Amino acid sequence: MTPNVAQSTALPPDPSKAVDPATVPLRERLASQLQRRGAPAVLVLVVAIASVNSSTFPTWGNISTILVGNNFVWLLALGMTFVIITGGIDLSVGSMYALGGVLGAYGAQHSGSLMALLLPLAVGAAWGTMQGLLVARAAMAPFIVTLAGLLGARGLMQAISNEGGTTYLVPKNSFFASLGSGTWVPLIILAVLFALGALLLARTRFGATLTAMGGNENAAVLMGLPVARAKVLVYMLSGTLAAAAGALGAARLQSGVTTIGVGYELTAIASVVIGGTLLTGGSGSVGGTLSGVLLLGVIHNLIDSNFSQYGSAFTDTVNGGFLAVVVLLQTLLRRTQHLS
Amino acid sequence: MSSITWGRATLDRARIRHVLQEYGVYAALLLLFLVAVTLNTSFLSVGNMRAQLLQVTPVLVVALGMALVIGTEGIDLSVGAVIALAAAIVPLYLGYGFPGMLVVVLLAGAASGAVSGTMVAFARVQPIVATLALMIGLRGLANIINGNAGKPVTDSTVAALGTGNLLGIPVMTWVAAGGVALVGLLVRRTTFGRQLVAIGDNRQASRLAGLPVRRVLVTVYVISGVLAALAGVMLVGYSAESDPSTVGLNYELSAITAVVVGGTPLTGGRVRVLGTVAGALFMQLISAVLQQHNIHQSYQQIIEAAIICFAVYAAQERGTR
Repeated sequence: MTPNVAQSTALPPDPSKAVDPATVPLRERLASQLQRRGAPAVLVLVVAIASVNSSTFPTWGNISTILVGNNFVWLLALGMTFVIITGGIDLSVGSMYALGGVLGAYGAQHSGSLMALLLPLAVGAAWGTMQGLLVARAAMAPFIVTLAGLLGARGLMQAISNEGGTTYLVPKNSFFASLGSGTWVPLIILAVLFALGALLLARTRFGATLTAMGGNENAAVLMGLPVARAKVLVYMLSGTLAAAAGALGAARLQSGVTTIGVGYELTAIASVVIGGTLLTGGSGSVGGTLSGVLLLGVIHNLIDSNFSQYGSAFTDTVNGGFLAVVVLLQTLLRRTQHLS
Repeated sequence: MSSITWGRATLDRARIRHVLQEYGVYAALLLLFLVAVTLNTSFLSVGNMRAQLLQVTPVLVVALGMALVIGTEGIDLSVGAVIALAAAIVPLYLGYGFPGMLVVVLLAGAASGAVSGTMVAFARVQPIVATLALMIGLRGLANIINGNAGKPVTDSTVAALGTGNLLGIPVMTWVAAGGVALVGLLVRRTTFGRQLVAIGDNRQASRLAGLPVRRVLVTVYVISGVLAALAGVMLVGYSAESDPSTVGLNYELSAITAVVVGGTPLTGGRVRVLGTVAGALFMQLISAVLQQHNIHQSYQQIIEAAIICFAVYAAQERGTR
């Protein structure tokens, strides 16, 4: 028995690998596959249908709009994936995105590109660490800690921008501005960060610890895993990524927009959930989240180009309905696998 | 080993903590009120009191429903969007008179609550995602209904609910006071209240004990939806217009804050109705005092964040594990 247990903790989290696959009923194996590969499958399907039916959809211009048009907001979902896998939640990322943008533009305007990058990253990391410490050491609910973080970070952003009265501009032709402009540089940054995130979650001891503590925190503590440290690190990672996303977004928009970011945390959570990561923690992947953000991006793009007369309200309604259907499906799948 | 001394010492500390947890919010409210009056005696003026009440009442109405939901270890993020939906429906059905409109609006709130409640109770979706889906979807729907624009609402009864007075106190505050009494009785004096608290404490045990877990859960979300819809009508009356893109924004956060500051634990199993009232008043008073002394919005938000953190930390039960 003992080697078996050790093996299941050291390996990446995969319920079907923990037991001999042959003994798992077909129905459960199908459900597990659908849970993890449902979002990519639907994404491929939607893209295929859209490409056949529309001549404007499969053009490079349109695809690059989907990929980089949302000013690095996808990075919020990347950070959120790590938090949600531990069974937590981070509501502060929308405010942190705005704060990172204002700090980045402030740094770029006052002391150059290096400061424009370092300032948001440092503040994001510090803010995330503070939230992580409250969650891990003071045992406070992540929901409420990061809700306070949402208010506090937006307050800090408004204080820095003189209540939104001062707009900091990113100097054109600076190195910092070039990070956000065009298509290829932002695309490479996104790809590298998502690839690093996927490796971190699936191939490292840290990633395995996160999944283990999301599955059963008490068991993870008893196994001697550094649960408290991992929690702090996860919120630090999410805060840093959100601030970095905001800074890069400011580089793209060439200014620190103070009204940006409201409600972005909800879209991030929705993307993660649609990507097949369980909100209860313990199961999920960065690849799933990537499918989730792409799927929402494609749907948004299709609605914008086909039903533009209804405006963004229609997109919101569809997104809400879509999220409801996805979570209902996931609950069914999870129950088939006896995960809940 | 002087176990007696040790025992008494912990007992005393435990008792102090208990007293603070139970009555801290009322003491803080009283203290803050005295500070507000000392700093600025015109704070007691009828005009100011009225303005404060008009602002806090819709939040309080929403927070009452939220307290019930949180008591079942749930959360309802959709309340702000339900307010928007209610606001969008008001001008559509005013032609049928105020009662007819009110019935339709409250039914819409109930329907929204029934959807999230069903997802939570039957499909076992986590409350935060179930209500998140409605939060995103319903505001969009409300904007579609209103054609992405604000509409003026000039009906005199709606205006009376939003701005009118009865015996010197705003009409909507009377309505809210009635709501507080009803919800208080519901929690303390009815079987439903007992069941709600039991489910929040331990859903599995409640199910095994034969409690109607699903029915209670759905009802709780329906109540929250109805109260949010009522707050929506109040807000339309207050502002004399129906603008779904702005009305009720962030009300879910204010309501959760009021409940949490009022001492209801997020882990469920307890509902503090009067505490929620005190929590809502406390947060309103804080922002009023800061505003009157020209503290910027930014610092207000930071201070509010710190208060939320402190309140939750103080309300946590420790030493029981």
